[in-house]
Amino acid sequence: MNFETIIGLEVHSELKTNTKIFCNCSTNFGAPPNTNVCPICLGHPGVLPVMNEQAVDFAMRAAMALNCEIAEDTKFDRKNYFYPDNPKAYQISQYDKPIGENGWIDIEVNGKTKRIGITRLHLEEDAGKLTHVDGENHSLVDFNRQGTPLVEIVSEPDIRTPEEAYAYLEKLKAILQYTEVSDCKMEEGSLRCDANLSLRPYGQEEFGTKTELKNLNSFANVHKGLQYEEIRQEKELLAGNVIGQETRRYDEAGKKTILMRVKEGSDDYRYFPEPDLVRLSIDQAWMDRVRNDIPELPDARRERYVNKYDLPEYDANVLTQSKKMSDFFEVAIEQGADPKQASNWLMGEVSAYLNANYKEIDEVALTPEGLGKLIALIDEGTISSKIAKKVFKDLIEKGGDPEQIVKDKGLVQISDEGELRKIVTGILDENEQSIEDYKNGKDRALGFLVGQVMKATKGKANPPMVNKLIVEEMDKR
Amino acid sequence: MSRITNEQVKHVANLARLEMDESEVEKFTTQLDDIISMAEQLNELDTDHVEPTTHVLDLKNVLREDKVQPWLSREEALKNAPDEENGQVKVPSIFE
Repeated sequence: MNFETIIGLEVHSELKTNTKIFCNCSTNFGAPPNTNVCPICLGHPGVLPVMNEQAVDFAMRAAMALNCEIAEDTKFDRKNYFYPDNPKAYQISQYDKPIGENGWIDIEVNGKTKRIGITRLHLEEDAGKLTHVDGENHSLVDFNRQGTPLVEIVSEPDIRTPEEAYAYLEKLKAILQYTEVSDCKMEEGSLRCDANLSLRPYGQEEFGTKTELKNLNSFANVHKGLQYEEIRQEKELLAGNVIGQETRRYDEAGKKTILMRVKEGSDDYRYFPEPDLVRLSIDQAWMDRVRNDIPELPDARRERYVNKYDLPEYDANVLTQSKKMSDFFEVAIEQGADPKQASNWLMGEVSAYLNANYKEIDEVALTPEGLGKLIALIDEGTISSKIAKKVFKDLIEKGGDPEQIVKDKGLVQISDEGELRKIVTGILDENEQSIEDYKNGKDRALGFLVGQVMKATKGKANPPMVNKLIVEEMDKR
Repeated sequence: MSRITNEQVKHVANLARLEMDESEVEKFTTQLDDIISMAEQLNELDTDHVEPTTHVLDLKNVLREDKVQPWLSREEALKNAPDEENGQVKVPSIFE
């Protein structure tokens, strides 16, 4: 790279309130089109918006978790623009007095911690949902989402690589989920991201012209879109061309960014103070009340996992990336599961299953109790870890009690020495050659014999015991 | 001396989706210029220690509880829509 890359991210996140920001309509996702609407969110003449206190609380909570200063005096403004998903022809947002400013979060990339500044966090309303009908010359609008409270979180241009952008988003999402202010489901649009990218020669103080990337519908696409844009701008600059200040969208199929429009300036939005809402004055008592409600954040949890449960830093990191996974882990521990083993299962088998099936931990039948019991069964020697994997498949697909599954399927490990010795003797009788091989120093023969015993017992034999018995019996011959 | 140009008037008219012919553009350019001149008289006042007013009412923190209350049926909601299809408002095609 001949240039230094400068990235800033703008994230919109829907708040998990019951009702919309200015009216009593439900924010429930997935309702039939235009059933959660009223004269206020539809922008009928003469209606008045009234601020949802929970939305302000959530915005403050998020701002605090992002280490922002909270505005003692804040207000709302009108951002004017015409678009069919915007029934009032303006959006109520915050212009010059956002609820939170000057925050930061720490991200980790390649084992190094880096602090990314948060310029501001402000509260605003979401727009309706516009669907383009293929091959038709009309579009359809559903106003259910109109008026859903949103926070917009703007980062400082502190991000230098697409990898850092990815790490920033992961961290931000984790914080918003841990603070329980948003679901952060990109597929449902409750988390959306726009990215600004510009290049400048190394050592140059001022920023180059930036382009804005839209339509980044997954973190992976943010990463890919930025990677593409970085190279595109470099090529343009090296060819002696000028970067235009424009909005581009990432085309997933073509794996490239495409020009959408030349960007309008903020003057064109003709912001002015919203006359239908009075100012918000946030005093210490209000701040204290919100601060006391903030649940434990991922960094604190991670530290606790390392200090209290003796987990490796790596495990603690992986487990706390998603609140759901972390909560699952906590319940399993409370039920008496060994922390390191629970962590191994969650990072290994459980994650593999979830990734392969595009599911989240709360969408499968496995419960923390179930996992805890499964681990206990292995610990007690009731089942081998090989059998445990079979039981696990049942647990995650159908749920149930591991002990019952083991009983019903007759999977209890054979640890009875007398019984095992009989089976071992039988196998040895049939495999004279292997015994000879073993005595001639071929260690592989032992593995083969153990395998034969496991096969004969359908995997139920206690492997260390089988090992020991085979060696004993062979020495006798 | 005009501080407002015809181009600015056309730009603002376009943002507000207003259609104007050339004579109207001329007329509004002059009028807007007069309005700006009048407002500029306020610059003569010393406002260094005056907080900007953002609202005429001396009220703050008017808030409501986060409780769902249905209001309109879909049928009622769509009554004012110029056109509809499958419970959605039908609008001219928008591509981006």
